[in-house]
Amino acid sequence: MSRLNSVGELEKLRAEILEKRDSGRPCITTCLGTGCHAYASQDVYNALAEEISSRGLTGKVDLRGTGCHGFCEQGPIVVIFPGEICYCRVQPEDAADIVALTVLENKVIDRLLYEDPVSGQKYERESEIPFYKNQDRLILGQNRLIDPQNIEDYFALGGYKALAKALAEMTPEDVLEEVKKANLRGRGGGGFPAGVKWETTRQAPEKEKYVIVNADEGDPGAYMDRSLLEGNPHLVLEGLILGAYAIGAAKGFVYVRQEYPLAVKNLTLAVQQAEEHGLLGDDILGSGFDFSVSIKRGAGAFVSGESSALVSAIEGQVGEPRPKHINTAISGLWGKPTNLNNVETWANVPYIIERGAGWFNSTGNEQNKGTKIFSLVGKVNNTGLVEVPMGTPLRKIIDDIGGGIPGDKRFKAVQTGGPSGGCIPEQYLDTPVDFDRLKELGSMMGSGGMIIMDEDNCMVDVAKYFMHFLKDESCGKCTSCREGTKRMYEILDAITRGEGREGDLELLEEIAWVTENASLCALGSTAANPVLSTLRYFRDEYEAHIKEKRCPAKVCKALIRFTIDPEKCDGCGRCKRNCPEGAITGELKSPMTIDSSLCSRCGICREVCHLDAVTAE
Amino acid sequence: MVNLTIDGKKYQAEEGQNVLEVALENGIEIPHLCYHENLSPYGGCRLCLVEVTRNGRAFLTTSCTYPCLDGIIVKTDTPEVLRARRLVLELLMPLAPEAPQLQALARQMEIEEPRFKTDEEADDCIRCGLCVRACTELVGAQAITFSGRGYRKTVEPPFGEEALDCIGCGTCVFLCPTGCIQMVDKSAERTIARWQRTLPLKACSSCGRYYIPFAQIEFARQKSREAPAEDWFDLCPDCR
Amino acid sequence: MEVKEIERIMEKYDADRTDVLGMLMDIQEKERYLPREALRHLSEKLSVPLTRLYNMATFYEALSLKPLGRHQIHVCMGTACHVRGAARILDKLESSLSIKPGEVTPDLNFGLKTVNCVGACALGPVVQVNGEYHGNMSALKVERMLKRYSEADKEKTE
Repeated sequence: MSRLNSVGELEKLRAEILEKRDSGRPCITTCLGTGCHAYASQDVYNALAEEISSRGLTGKVDLRGTGCHGFCEQGPIVVIFPGEICYCRVQPEDAADIVALTVLENKVIDRLLYEDPVSGQKYERESEIPFYKNQDRLILGQNRLIDPQNIEDYFALGGYKALAKALAEMTPEDVLEEVKKANLRGRGGGGFPAGVKWETTRQAPEKEKYVIVNADEGDPGAYMDRSLLEGNPHLVLEGLILGAYAIGAAKGFVYVRQEYPLAVKNLTLAVQQAEEHGLLGDDILGSGFDFSVSIKRGAGAFVSGESSALVSAIEGQVGEPRPKHINTAISGLWGKPTNLNNVETWANVPYIIERGAGWFNSTGNEQNKGTKIFSLVGKVNNTGLVEVPMGTPLRKIIDDIGGGIPGDKRFKAVQTGGPSGGCIPEQYLDTPVDFDRLKELGSMMGSGGMIIMDEDNCMVDVAKYFMHFLKDESCGKCTSCREGTKRMYEILDAITRGEGREGDLELLEEIAWVTENASLCALGSTAANPVLSTLRYFRDEYEAHIKEKRCPAKVCKALIRFTIDPEKCDGCGRCKRNCPEGAITGELKSPMTIDSSLCSRCGICREVCHLDAVTAE
Repeated sequence: MVNLTIDGKKYQAEEGQNVLEVALENGIEIPHLCYHENLSPYGGCRLCLVEVTRNGRAFLTTSCTYPCLDGIIVKTDTPEVLRARRLVLELLMPLAPEAPQLQALARQMEIEEPRFKTDEEADDCIRCGLCVRACTELVGAQAITFSGRGYRKTVEPPFGEEALDCIGCGTCVFLCPTGCIQMVDKSAERTIARWQRTLPLKACSSCGRYYIPFAQIEFARQKSREAPAEDWFDLCPDCR
Repeated sequence: MEVKEIERIMEKYDADRTDVLGMLMDIQEKERYLPREALRHLSEKLSVPLTRLYNMATFYEALSLKPLGRHQIHVCMGTACHVRGAARILDKLESSLSIKPGEVTPDLNFGLKTVNCVGACALGPVVQVNGEYHGNMSALKVERMLKRYSEADKEKTE
């Protein structure tokens, strides 16, 4: 591929690509994102490729492997264009039917359509499915149309138009001004205005400046950054190049978790392609602007996502936070002004530049503009990535998009903001989701994890879970964080084992206070949130554990006992065969019994019982 | 020079000085364990917390890492500051319950009954990192390091084995606030058990006292720009 | 590990010491652990103190000073997996393999580790083996999965 030396050459190439493409030609897209990949979507893709070639349809039917569509739980997902017919849970054996019926005869295969678990209704087109229909997929939308390893796909959808516009028509100050006007707030957690941060770095006296994509997505339960990097890496790159232009940086880094190998691969490829096309490197599009990007892999440390720790990690030091009375925006990487934004923030930038701040501001509420991607997971019917305008009520996300809670279970809480966030109970479900309102509720936006919990989840157990996470992930520098998280975990663990004592909750609150107020970085100063928010809304559950030695959700092993209902049990023996402790006895075809003294409460018997005869009490 | 207020009184400080330094110079006591004037500030123990007001916003921060900035107001004894320090010390105590320096602080802060049980694996180390910084910044031997993270964080030589780069100078021993690094000289040998290191000592040619590890002499010769005279180490400092 | 191999990895990063973490990860991938002599070699050639390399090796989850299993099983402990019963999956793996997280079976065939979210939250509970994802795990599926990996090994040796 030859280098593009001007904006004109870019537009010429785009026109050529579009001319080659016939929008009427059938195209089968298969999601190859991590979620679908786990359901063997690569096999589906290969079967489709085989089917197309064996029928001699090569060149007449396109096949495209795309990034994550978001509806991961229904994977592997196959969408056939131009009709946009969406098939879910597709197996390799379905390939023949898909080509023969849907592609060649325009017939819809009923058995592969998505069926709403609540209403039972089936949907043909992807965009009609309630999960998608109620979303506003500004940032994620291109994922399903693009082969992330093919820069031409990105060009075909208008890729690098924003960069061309900025370089040809705008000064760096104009770009900065536009992002400021858009009031784009950082999607990584705090919600700090990106434009203000950019300006600080731009105006810092040192000439050499850096820009960084923070792709160390560590919040458990959040994976939107992964899907963007895997599914549309050029969008993030284009945002970064625009930022570098506005700030005056010649060098950028992407710090990405090694746990995301496909993201590393696609991003590496994207950087290469951008370099080959002259979109990275010296004299980008003939504008005189130089900018290059390096990719750094993180090796698995949650705390390294903190800005000063991330800077240390890129410098080749241990990824520990450092005191930063002077902001990284002024003194960051190697002491130079450094601007960090997370993946989703950067992905917003090309749209803002191309379509303008006014357009961006038309979505969202007063202080929170644009959309936000959430990973809607846990006890919800439709799990996956969800993108909605800022300020959308929680209830709409959980019920209209998520399809509510599976089974006849009751909603209990939604956990947002990762380990720094909190649990929000039912009475606040009408709250519009934005940076400020979540904070008021004792939680936070974080990077957008949204974990739904039902009546079967114990909130003390959830608090203990997060504290376990945090005590492991604390870097261990500050006494208040290292010892505070350890002690909070010990107390929570004792409570779940039925060894809670009078005064434990007050002691928890004291340690929470010092952890919050005496620690250096954001990990420590927010580490108490899971405890504080569950204490605030679910104190009675804690008290039941301590005073009555009872786990109301029947989760805490030491406080429950499994029994088999002799009325329901048909003596099939599945539980007996699978019990790892040999705690279940009984003759085949007659009811089984559990010896509580041997039982380890692993719950396997309940999982394998086909009659729901095992209960916890 | 910058102007700042500490506990209601105005002080002048040099740019680049930290708050703790200026407070100590002026006789204002702030408890601290991980700070040493000759080492880079670390901000780990969190005992030197103070309340700083800057641009109208008040917050708790460690005085050892906070720079003296023009116009800041520092308070070293608000109820919040005292509460935080007390809790921090309570969290530290179970790591080194017998350490005299910690016990003295506990008496000062009127902590009577420990609320947290002593860890089984407590080894008297409070992870203040003075030894690591001394070995890196002052001595330059870089024989020991932090390892692990979170509550598992500890100080050890690489691979948890004999500290092959340790020259037995004993700087870490002198700086440790809990006395958890012990150094024993027995006739011609020096042992620092914590770093699993035993080194032969050189005797003073005058008084005969074994006074310095050969490894330290070797290290000093390599590091110093102007090598000391060949016979400089023959005499101990007392006989020189 | 051969010196040549270490040198090759260093070259890939132009022997730039700020990329030492990347080098460590490459060595880890290659050898399934960080051999001491490799750390010593890097330390010497890049003039990075051995203490810093050791600190990094113990700080980052992806690095290990002990050999990992040929089939390294990562049980995702992310929140989404947790609320869908990841603890039960871990219990099952511990009892089936008779090892605790962080350990390796005596024949080095299987290693068990917990990880804090692999970012495949919609598939929870998730187990990752040699980089392959297994979604919607249950105790029964764990049995089948282990059997599959053991049998695949047998076929290879036969």
